[in-house]
Amino acid sequence: MSHSHSLDVTYLARLARIRLTPEETELFEQQLDRVLEHVNLVNELDLSAVEPMAHAISVFDVVREDEPQESLPKTAILKNAPHQANGLFVVPKVLD
Amino acid sequence: MNPFLSIAESRRLLVAKKISPQELLQELEQRITQVNPQVKAYLSWDSEKASQEAASADLSKPLGGIPIGIKDAIVVKDAPAHSSSRILEGYLSPYDATVVSALRNAGAYPLGRLNMDEFAMGSSTESSAFHPTYNPWDLSRIPGGSSGGSAAAVAAGMAMATLGSDTGGSIRQPAALCGCVGMKPTYGRVSRYGLIAFASSLDQIGPLTHTVEDSALILNAIAGFDPHDSTSLKLPSEDFTAEIGRDLKGLRVGVPKEYFVDGIEPEVRTSVEAAMKQLSSLGAELIDISLPHTKYAVSVYYIIVTAEASSNLARFDGIRYAHRTKTEGDLLSLYEKTRAEGFGAEVKRRIILGTYVLTSGYYDAYYLRAQKVRTLIRRDFDEAFKKVDVIVSPTSPEVAFSCGSKTADPLKMYLADIFTIAANLAGICGLSLPCGFSEKHGTSLPIGLQLLGPSFAEKTLFRVAHAYEQSTQWHQKHPHR
Repeated sequence: MSHSHSLDVTYLARLARIRLTPEETELFEQQLDRVLEHVNLVNELDLSAVEPMAHAISVFDVVREDEPQESLPKTAILKNAPHQANGLFVVPKVLD
Repeated sequence: MNPFLSIAESRRLLVAKKISPQELLQELEQRITQVNPQVKAYLSWDSEKASQEAASADLSKPLGGIPIGIKDAIVVKDAPAHSSSRILEGYLSPYDATVVSALRNAGAYPLGRLNMDEFAMGSSTESSAFHPTYNPWDLSRIPGGSSGGSAAAVAAGMAMATLGSDTGGSIRQPAALCGCVGMKPTYGRVSRYGLIAFASSLDQIGPLTHTVEDSALILNAIAGFDPHDSTSLKLPSEDFTAEIGRDLKGLRVGVPKEYFVDGIEPEVRTSVEAAMKQLSSLGAELIDISLPHTKYAVSVYYIIVTAEASSNLARFDGIRYAHRTKTEGDLLSLYEKTRAEGFGAEVKRRIILGTYVLTSGYYDAYYLRAQKVRTLIRRDFDEAFKKVDVIVSPTSPEVAFSCGSKTADPLKMYLADIFTIAANLAGICGLSLPCGFSEKHGTSLPIGLQLLGPSFAEKTLFRVAHAYEQSTQWHQKHPHR
């Protein structure tokens, strides 16, 4: 939408599946531009020899014994669904 | 009854049968009824359920008969859990979080839902979709955040102890601003199963309490491996109270020069420096250290935290949980409108930023770079902990600020966490405890001392914190209401 900002909030909101009002879009563009300016500090370091870190303490291949266990009953899960029928989540029609 | 009784004192009274668990609960509920309308720490509590739990309390267990307030991000079976967001309005959890089961196993029981910043995104509890929480020391000020309800409830005598969660300081900063003890355990120490996820590589559950000893007692109950959380660690079980009471002779305390820079309120600096002198007079040795990548921590944090949040919060789509838009439309507009209605401004902002830093073309420039700088921040601590046992700093650069003073400027709010964020990035443990009061604002406002320890050194943190606490009177001062 706006070319004076480094973030295209309209596009990002569509990716994130959030419908924003024009006022929100405008405000977020201004606010996030300032945040990005600060965040850009990470670009001043030479990181060519540094490994990235995804977790503080990396644990790999966590598997348990493959034993059948009870899970929560379906009714307990569906209780929180905004719309459900016949033991299923109901969604708008996807295919014609 | 004194509403500021510690867990340890309450347990002595319970075991000696000087008070019954029901009486203890009644006193607490009376206090909540009287104080909560002003402080607004609790979103709700279930009186009937709590009295059933009190009636069946097993006093032979370590926390038998002790009610514990729970942050709204941690689920309790059949209780609401919103993470203070509209999008989860009406949600009732079908299960107990592992920490809640653990508290029950230790004889304690959950009491009430505590307010927080929406999805833990904030440092003031003002981003709660329901209402702000107010600082019990001065109702015109914020309690800190995101576990503001958890800290305010303890400070105001409405809970002996509460659980919070800490992603970038969300236990320690409100503990500092409300004048209680807040502990963030080492990443992996406590199961995150049943904690509504914000940023999974940083989130950790921990206690807020009146005293250091109580903090260790709660950690004794909640720490441990959980097959439901693949990031929880298989560690030998420990008694976290084991080093409480040990003196500080020979203990090396690191003073990082990067944490004593401009921008700290003079009263905060004075109190923290006095606390350092006190540690030294208790036998500890103060050693100057450097954590050279400190200035990058806030930047790294807001890249990683928003990236992880944008991914974690994708599950709130109007299909599986609670809120769905009432307006008709296709699937895409159902997602878009549900999320537009359900999320508040700060959550939307962070999802947008997180989406941006993960977008192809920017991933390498932001997310990957942030992960690399995270490695450097971790190395800073590894180096420092070769020379010292713990690190000392202010928890927050300022005392509790006025309501509304930072809500218009997200960056200003983000900088409130400047001293607490690095511990989450490195995964180490940290604790905040009271070290004084600022009288500058016409009322007493608490100041917090932060102690950081290497991974798995919680016992050392409790040792240092307890020695300091017992040599001062700060923890005996309470707000007048």
